[in-house]
Amino acid sequence: MSENSLHYHYVVPGDDFTRAGIASSAVKKTLKQLGIYPETVRKLSISLFEGEINMVIHADGGEIDVWIDDEKIVAELVDKGPGIENIELAMQEGWSTASEQVRGLGFGAGMGLPNMKKYSDELIIDSTVGVGTKVTLIVNIVK
Amino acid sequence: MKVKELCEELGWELAIGDGDREITGGIYCCDLLSLVMGRAPADSLWITVMGNVNTMAVATLADTACVVIAERMPLDAEALEGAKKGGITVLKTEQPVFEAALSAATTMKLN
Repeated sequence: MSENSLHYHYVVPGDDFTRAGIASSAVKKTLKQLGIYPETVRKLSISLFEGEINMVIHADGGEIDVWIDDEKIVAELVDKGPGIENIELAMQEGWSTASEQVRGLGFGAGMGLPNMKKYSDELIIDSTVGVGTKVTLIVNIVK
Repeated sequence: MKVKELCEELGWELAIGDGDREITGGIYCCDLLSLVMGRAPADSLWITVMGNVNTMAVATLADTACVVIAERMPLDAEALEGAKKGGITVLKTEQPVFEAALSAATTMKLN
């Protein structure tokens, strides 16, 4: 990122579904205020929210860092959860290990990672079982 | 058509919001939030029976024009608070999802 990028940091509490989406909503608000093209805002909002929800569902929360410069938005989501055993499988639509409670809330349809891929220009997943997961989302800014 | 105009035409209840947004993204019906997130078009009229706080987060982030709660399903206090924070207009109707979508489509002359 360039030196004059904006940086935001958020802590995502674990296992609290009522608060899931707070970080993503805050980022969305900032992007709108910066006058970023609406479809770019929507892309980042959707992919970041999916990541945030995943942190709540699977990893007992985590931390999100967002950098914004003239060209792109980079979001880094880091958690100390169980890790993803098989990333290829997790990327498949419909694959989910979410609990019944989570499904009852309307999540856990196995669309999280596929949505993140669909709504970002680059998605990097670095996960180690038993250690945690780092997801990097990059959305290019359309001018 | 604006959300509030549609609401008035159909005699639905405006639960919260100013209904000032224009519906240009068509009508989308689904209750599975993960699916809605990826598939609801921006500026659409989203009809669901899920009236929880996560519904409002999804509507905010997927940028739908409003949320319609069908079958008069409950909308809890947290959900209302979430809608307020996200600036989301929420409508309520007694109609089931299909009937609600049909009446909205007819009123908006989509069919």
